[in-house]
Amino acid sequence: MNSDVLIVGGGLMGSSIALQLAKRGCRCTVVEKDSPGRHSSGVSAGGLRLLNRDPAEIPLSVEASKMWRDIESLLDSDCDARFPGQIRVAENKADMDKLEQRAALVRSLGYQHEEIIGKKELYQLVPALAPHCVGALINRTDGYARPYHALTAFRRKAESLGVKYCSSTEVYAVAKEGEGWRVRTSQGTFNSDILVNCAGAWANNLSTMLDEAVPLTAKALMLMVTERLPHFVDPVMGAASRKLSFKQMQNGSLIIGGALVAKLDFKKEKTEIDWAQLAKSAETVVSFFPQLKDVRIVRAWAGIEAYMPDNIPVLSQSQTYSNAYHAFGFSAHGFQLSPVIGRVMSQLILDGRSELPIEPFHISRFN
Amino acid sequence: MNKHYQLLIIGGGPAGLAAATTASEHGISCAVLDEQATPGGQIYRAIESIPDQRAKQLGSEYQRGKAIAAAFRKSDAEYYPETKVWSLNKDREVGILRQDKTRIISADQIIVASGAMERPVPFPGWTLPGVMQAGAGQILFKSAGVVPDNGVVLAGSGPLLLLLAWQYLHAGVEVKALLDVTPLGNHITAMPKFPRALLAHHYLTKGIGYQIELKRAGIPMLFAVSDLRAEGEGQCQRVCFKHSGKQKTIESELLLTHFGVIPHTWLTQAADCKHQWDNSQQCWRPEHDEWGNTTIDGILVAGDGAGINGARSAEHAGRLAGLEALQALKMISRDERDRLAVKDRKWMRDERHIRPFLEKYYQIPKSLLATAEDKTIVCRCEEITAGEIRQAVRDGHDNTNQVKFFTRCGMGPCQGRQCSNAVAHIVADETLKPVEQMGHFRGRPPVAPLTLEQLASLKKEGVK
Repeated sequence: MNSDVLIVGGGLMGSSIALQLAKRGCRCTVVEKDSPGRHSSGVSAGGLRLLNRDPAEIPLSVEASKMWRDIESLLDSDCDARFPGQIRVAENKADMDKLEQRAALVRSLGYQHEEIIGKKELYQLVPALAPHCVGALINRTDGYARPYHALTAFRRKAESLGVKYCSSTEVYAVAKEGEGWRVRTSQGTFNSDILVNCAGAWANNLSTMLDEAVPLTAKALMLMVTERLPHFVDPVMGAASRKLSFKQMQNGSLIIGGALVAKLDFKKEKTEIDWAQLAKSAETVVSFFPQLKDVRIVRAWAGIEAYMPDNIPVLSQSQTYSNAYHAFGFSAHGFQLSPVIGRVMSQLILDGRSELPIEPFHISRFN
Repeated sequence: MNKHYQLLIIGGGPAGLAAATTASEHGISCAVLDEQATPGGQIYRAIESIPDQRAKQLGSEYQRGKAIAAAFRKSDAEYYPETKVWSLNKDREVGILRQDKTRIISADQIIVASGAMERPVPFPGWTLPGVMQAGAGQILFKSAGVVPDNGVVLAGSGPLLLLLAWQYLHAGVEVKALLDVTPLGNHITAMPKFPRALLAHHYLTKGIGYQIELKRAGIPMLFAVSDLRAEGEGQCQRVCFKHSGKQKTIESELLLTHFGVIPHTWLTQAADCKHQWDNSQQCWRPEHDEWGNTTIDGILVAGDGAGINGARSAEHAGRLAGLEALQALKMISRDERDRLAVKDRKWMRDERHIRPFLEKYYQIPKSLLATAEDKTIVCRCEEITAGEIRQAVRDGHDNTNQVKFFTRCGMGPCQGRQCSNAVAHIVADETLKPVEQMGHFRGRPPVAPLTLEQLASLKKEGVK
């Protein structure tokens, strides 16, 4: 099969890039070794978070935040997105100092989206919170969406623009052929002018084939979800000094996370829940919301995600081949960035540069 | 309770009790974990405490449980009732909940004797109050002597339906009708299996005996019933169906349904044992050999949790798994195991003569398994309808797990127990593919819901 661009990985990033390229007239094919969104894209916590971003990511994240507000015009679906804000709670003076420093840093970069709020406003926003907290850092425009719905919306929009998806198609080898690529997969051979690596936790396989291996680590992040509850909290909750990420979803269930890592057999793609860690997480939740102690956990799971050593992604042209590109390694906070990644990567591929700064994400930083 | 046992048995029904009784004769550390308060499982529920009168009403098969429970009580096996198992992994670590506290313990050998559950079959009106599974009726009867006082309609397929009608008859309950949905065609397709079934003729004569008694008592028994539905305002008020080409209605506030039983596979799925689709039993079951060994080292299955074969067969399978565990623990040699297993192996084979016939005869028609009516709720927890599932398939989500991702079907507190098979059948129907290709929901632990406080109590020393 021939196409202008072959994208390896049918998750959010691959789909977002395919969509933007297709909008500009490229013929794209997406090859996916499982089914689209099978791993981190489909099973993430769905947080739309600009709060507490790495400074390098802020320009992208600010733009992504705008795009999410109007996601329906891009995807013909609202992805069930809500924008009740995200909060990092301070439990003591030391926490509060830490958050104030952070807010000052963001302001010094010329951004105003991270605000400090005092105790009074915190309890107005989250009346259910345990009484010991002293204040918080907030971004009022943040929120969450439903990950698999978003993934599906990206994919379907891309397909409507002519993008071809091939599931159960694993890349075995890539070779230069003339000006382009010849890619051997479990479902036959594909030819394309340009290759884009969006393979998530498996991205280093393709990077290695392109002679530029990266220090990528695959980790399985755990989440647990409770039964449905009457509505009691709006913003997405985090804590300044404890592992907590907590939100009440559209249907009333709580999703509890916080960068907790499961046991992972990467070769077999098997994850196993580490209950001792989730027990600590349950304890943390109950200490912030004691009234939740009798709420039932109905499910826990782990999704396999790519981590870079500096916890920011790789977004760049390949150093070894000019017609290959990388977009992977989002280190468990890619969901919010997904719409903008399609924009900057399509610009990089078609125009040679992106309108937003992406230099910090160049693959050469691991040389 | 120890942190580690040589043998852990999950489930206190006939298979689990027999396994424990056999294995603990050889001086190993052995414990039985069971959800119920007393031994017996679903089939022999409340067997130790039941009044004689009620035990008689329940029949002679039920009373067999007395001896099994008594033998277990005499054994050296430790017994932990009212203990929920909420996780099991391939390293044989078992998450348990007891007296509101969680902990993780481990074992060298584990026998999963999780038993069966009623096959959930969504049909129009099945979620109305007043529509229940027949098993729920049996639990109330066995444990508390509670029977319906305004009469009942029984509908579905399978031997338990007949048994429950007979039990209710003897308890003085008005059975307004017994609606058998088994299609007439099954009588023909089951015929080739009939000669072998004659080898277990006591089951056949018992079944025929029940039917004769029910008929004599004047209970209307309608066969080849279709288009079953319950109707009413906020409560079941009438049962509607088609019979001999005519639309019929029976006024009733209670409809008990039964569509056969399927193995309880949630623990073996959690442990990542390999499962296979059983076409004859129309369900998933763990792959296992004659001794109960699954595809995961040290995890065995016994009883209906391994595949539906009934209570008597479960008892034999339990003893065989107990012997195999002893052999794996090097407490007995293979030769000793084989010698001790001779009778149970023979009896188990004899018991199973009836199964192929029963399975063919009571095969549930596809029209019921893959409900055609779009408005019917399939996932009760998340209130997802058959129509939404079919639409998701048409939108390109063409296996059960993608449908789950997209619709949230199976993500509620029951963990997909109620809708897993129905979703697979609907997706298969919509994609015109065999149901075994649809896969089952990827199991997500905990297998039983835990509260945040219970999970927070997890004792760390049990964790490797």
